[in-house]
This record gives sequence, structure tokens and C-alpha cells, in this order.
Amino acid sequence: MEFFLTTLWNGLTYGLLLFMLTSGLTLIFSMMGVLNFAHASFYMLGAYFAYQISTWVGFWPALLIAPVLVGILGALVEKYALRRAHRYGHIAELLFTFGLAFLIEEVVHLIWGRTAVDYKVPESLDGPLFTLFSTSFPAYKGFMMLVSVGMLFALYGLITKTRIGLIIQAALSKPEMVEALGHDVPKIFMWVFGGGVALAALAGVIGGNAFVTEPGMAAAVGSIVFVVVVVGGMGSLTGAFIASLLIGFIQTIFVALSINFSDIFNAVGISVDPLSGFGKLTLTEFAPVLPYLLMVGILIFRPRGIMGVRES
Amino acid sequence: MSSSMFKEKKSKLYLFLIIFTCLAVSIALPLIFKSDLLLSILSQIGVMIIFALSYNMLLGQTGLLSFGHAVYFGLGAYGTIHLLNFISKSALIPVTLLPLAGGLCGLLIAIILGYITTKKAGTTFAMISMGIAEMVHACSLMFPSFFGGEGGISSNRVIGKPGLFGITYGPQIEFYFLILGWVLVAAVLMYAISRTPLGRMANAVRDNPERAEFVGYNPQRVRYFMLILSGFFAGVAGGLNALNYEIVTAETVGAHTSGAVLLMSFVGGIGSFYGPIIGAALITFMQIFIGGISKAWLFYLGLMFILMVLFIPGGVASIINIQISLWQRDQFFKLVPKYLMALIPALIGLLGIIGIIEMSYVLLGNDTNTTDPIWKPLGLVIHVVEIMPWIISVGCVLIGGMGLRWIWSKKIAPSIALAQKAIEA
Repeated sequence: MEFFLTTLWNGLTYGLLLFMLTSGLTLIFSMMGVLNFAHASFYMLGAYFAYQISTWVGFWPALLIAPVLVGILGALVEKYALRRAHRYGHIAELLFTFGLAFLIEEVVHLIWGRTAVDYKVPESLDGPLFTLFSTSFPAYKGFMMLVSVGMLFALYGLITKTRIGLIIQAALSKPEMVEALGHDVPKIFMWVFGGGVALAALAGVIGGNAFVTEPGMAAAVGSIVFVVVVVGGMGSLTGAFIASLLIGFIQTIFVALSINFSDIFNAVGISVDPLSGFGKLTLTEFAPVLPYLLMVGILIFRPRGIMGVRES
Repeated sequence: MSSSMFKEKKSKLYLFLIIFTCLAVSIALPLIFKSDLLLSILSQIGVMIIFALSYNMLLGQTGLLSFGHAVYFGLGAYGTIHLLNFISKSALIPVTLLPLAGGLCGLLIAIILGYITTKKAGTTFAMISMGIAEMVHACSLMFPSFFGGEGGISSNRVIGKPGLFGITYGPQIEFYFLILGWVLVAAVLMYAISRTPLGRMANAVRDNPERAEFVGYNPQRVRYFMLILSGFFAGVAGGLNALNYEIVTAETVGAHTSGAVLLMSFVGGIGSFYGPIIGAALITFMQIFIGGISKAWLFYLGLMFILMVLFIPGGVASIINIQISLWQRDQFFKLVPKYLMALIPALIGLLGIIGIIEMSYVLLGNDTNTTDPIWKPLGLVIHVVEIMPWIISVGCVLIGGMGLRWIWSKKIAPSIALAQKAIEA
């Protein structure tokens, strides 16, 4: 029971963090048709900026300043570089964001070094939130969930209830018409890109000190984010939500189970040598491959994703 | 008009001359300069040429951007090295033909994985290829018996009795000529494939998949077949790589290898067949020479890549193609003095950029915690904390950039526009 609750808590936290990342990516993709390969790099930048700012003025200002800074950076990147690449087609845009991801990682290596930095949870949040059946649930994870859910409600409210949100929704499907009606669509694109990137940075700010803050974090999270987008369906926010939670839970559960493959297969009646390479493998070690297996499965049985729209 | 037709005929002759010269140089160079470094660079370039050409079959010809091509390369390498270990006593298969085994491994993996990955094209394909590559990389740590864990799998390519002319492939120079032979065979085959109906339909699927479907071909099938063939040649390259270094590690299936081949093909030029050949040579040279003298070489590579995407998306091959078409219209020699003139601000700007990047690396990468870090390029001593070097570098970048822009817009671009008009006339 206790194991189930802990994994539920951890899985939910991780899944919500994934969704924060994926929602920004899906928003940018739906609007501009460009898949931002550098999205996870902005996540990393958010964590590093927050680390740096928190060493100067503390965690709480960093929570506000770091995403804004990264968002502005993203808007500038969109305006001066991505727009140029847009002229040359989708492949050029993809390649540009790929090169950008690479460059950002090099800059992080340059400024902060190649090892992990000591980005710590603030003292006010360091400790158990509540204790259930002798397992304590960390307060910081609760804070993470609060920020994720709060941000997402704010995003939902912004998109559906405000005027600018309605214009963004319109520009999502009919950008030329919106431009013909007199709105500055390129400027909207720039702010949407900046906003999506700022979301990723916020995820980095809160996730960076719960998980480790190191230059490899972008690559580690980046591929999972793409798996989430493929599994959920390109361009669908609901699909991304379902897929993020699904992958968050599955990975957390498998990482927590240290059962050998030989035990599993022997229990079902197939005999596997417990000392062989395959038999000794535990589910924990197998966990990293799971999201990709899920992706392969979805591609075979339902290529458009859980909630994707059929391609025209 | 007749002058350009004459030039067209001469173009074919010049093309043969160029190919012949390249071949002659690549045969003669290691024989004249008996340098181990040169030999290892040339061997690496040879392997990368096959790899990059196979990658361009996907990207340039079929429009499939793959971030996981190292899977076919790496698994071909692993297959070859395991086979080499298997036949090390019996020497059933001559080492000369062993890369074929790598190719067959790549082919098999491409048949299995390709079916899933080519269901979608474009952006989705790129993400799926990345996911599959990550999956294989994650598997490489889980199955140490096949992938060799941290240390990889090593072998020895000298097996059995010496062959014709006493060749054992022990000395690197013998193996280099084998690589050269395989490069020729692979390049000719890949060029031939691009001229078959399959190759042509791949181009059609790249440009307009809907129309290709109306003509009667299933775009998914065409992509699948091109992926299978591309996987075969990538596997051949992987096999040669395994035999060349006599070791295969998890890095061979890793993201760096996939990124490297993408860089090579793109920088060389994905629009032409010969583009990746140039790209492979260029990037390998840069990796070895710039990597040897500067800590910032990865940064330079990334910066160059981004600048090429934004300003010269056709790669080096597109620049060469423009010059060729200018030459065919007798416009080229008029531009040469202007190109030389443009070289001056270009070099100044380059110096400025190098200065800024190198000084940043010295300043920020200060491991010894001195208060006065120094940069020492070419015998000069530059104190990085002083403001003067920075002002000079930024000044160089500004002067170089503005000068280049002025020369481009005033002198070069009008001539190129004139030449384009002449082509269309």
C-alpha cells in the first residue's frame, strides 16, 4: 500500500513536470509547425539560471526571474533566427533548433562546467509534507505539483478566457486570416514561442533541484519529451497530458521495482537462468527503455497517437 | 548559346578529370607522405564518406531527416566485429568481404526498424528516429554480452593466411586501400541507385508525396525501401569502421555519431550527390585539426552549423554549383577578383570571432584560479582580463561583418543576379 502511494506521488510529480515541458512544445508546434528540438535545452537553461540567481538573491526571486529571462531569450531567438530558417522550410527549422540545442549545451559547459551544480531545495520547503503509513512525502514534491497544476490552470484560463488567448487560438489554425483581420501575427508567434520556452524554463526551475542539475539533463529529458509528443499525438494538448502522466507513472513504477527478469519469467512458468545476462536484469535497469517501447507500440498499433488528429 | 553548349560538353570532360585527380591523389598521397597521422585521417574520411552518402540517401534524396542513423552504422559495426571474432580461427570469410556482413546487419535492422519508423514522414520521422536511437543506446548498457559494456568489443583483423600479394591487413596502409576500394564500390552503387526509378520516386516523394501517390506509388513503401538500402550502406561503413579500429564501443551507436553524420551531410550539401563527400572530408579535418588546437572546437562546429542553416542551407555543394553555372556562362572569372577582395573582411571578421570565443573559454574555463589568465595563440601573449583585446576582437567582428556585407551587396550579388537572368533568358 505504502509502496503504491509513494510511487503514485512520485509518478504524478514526474508526469506533471513532463507535461509542463510537453505543453510548451505542443503549443509551439501547433502554432508554428516547428518542432523545437532546443526545448529541453531551455529547460536546462531555466535550471541553471535559477541556480545562479538563487546563489545571489535566493530561490523565490529566482522562481520568478529565471523563466522570464529565458522567455525573453526565446523570443529573441525566434525573432532574429528562427524566422530566417522558416524561409527555407521545415527541415531547415528543425536543423536550426537542433544546432541551437547543441550550442546551448556547449555554452552551459563553458559557463558552469561539465559536472553537476549544487542547486538545492530551499530550506523552507525541505522536509516532509505529511507522513502516511510511516512513509514521509517530501514537501518539495508537493510544491512542484502545486506550481505545475497552478501554471497549467493559468495557461488554460489565458487561452480560453482572455482576448489574447482567443486570438492565439485563432492563429493556431488560421494564421493568414487572423493577419488579414489586422493582428500582428509574427509578433504573436514570437510571444507564443517565448511563452512556451518560459514554461519549459519554469519546469527547469522547479525540477532542477529535485532531480540533478547537470549539462546532460537536456539530452536525458529531451528524448522522453519527444516520445510523449509522439505517443500523445502531435499537436494535441490533452493527448500530451495523458501521455505525460502515463509515462511518468510507468517509469516511476518500473524504477522502483527491483525484480529480476528471471523471477518474472519463472513465476509464469518459462524457465530463465537467474545467472544469465538477461535473467539478472532488473526492472529498474530496464526502465529507461520503456518510454521508447511504448512509442514503438503506439506506432505499430495507432500511428496517430492517443489523441492525435489524422493527418490530412 | 553555343558557347554554353560547348561548355556543357567540356563540363563532362572536366568532371571526369576531377574524379580522376581525386582518385589519383587519394592513392598517391599516403604513398608519398609516409605519415601515420595522414593515413589515419584518410582512413577515417573514407569510412565517413560511405556513411554520409548513405545518410544523404535518406535526407537529400527522400527528404527523411533522421537523428538516429548511427543505429545502422553501429549495429553493422557490432555484427562485423562479432563475426570477425567468430571466424578468427577458421578464417572462413576473407576480411576483404567482411564489410558486406556489416552491410547485411544494417540491412536486417533497417528491415525490422524501418517498417515502424517510415509510417510517418517529416517531423514525426525525425522524432521517431531519435527515440529509436535512444532505445538502442539504452539497450547497449543492458546487454553487455553483445555490446561489450563500457569497454566495447575488440578484435584483430589479421586472420588466416596472407592473401594475394601477401596482404594481411596488418599494416594500416593495406587497410586504407581496402577502404578506398569499398568507397569506390559504395559510391558508384549509391549513385546508380539514385538514377533508378526507385531513386527518382524517392525524389518525388520528397518533393510532393501526395502527387507521387496519385502517380501510383505508395510513399511509405518508397521511403521504406530507401531506408533499407541506406541502412545497408551505413552497415558497410560500420563494418569498415569496426575493422579499421578493431574495436566497437557503445559510442558507435550513440547520439554523437548520429549528429556527426548529419553535420557532415548538411555542411557538404544535401542537394547534390557529391555534397556529403566534401562534408565528410571537411568535418573530419576540422575535428582533428581544430580539436587539436582549441578547447572550443565543439562550439565552433555548432556555430558553423547554425550559420550554415541560416545563410547557406545548400551547403558547400550549393556554393560550388553556383560557381559552376557562373563559369558555364563565362561570368565566373569576372567575379574572382571580387571574391579575393571579399576575403579580406572575411578573414578580419573570422579573427575577431576566434578572439572572442577563445578568450571567453580562457576566462571562464579558468581551472587554476589565477587572477590573470592568459591566452597564447601563435606565440603572442594576451591577458584576457584586460579590456583592449576584447575591444580589438569586437572591432574586428564589426569591421569584418560590415565589410563583407558591403562587398556582397555592391559587388557580388548583382553579378550573380545578372548570371541568373542570363540562365533564365
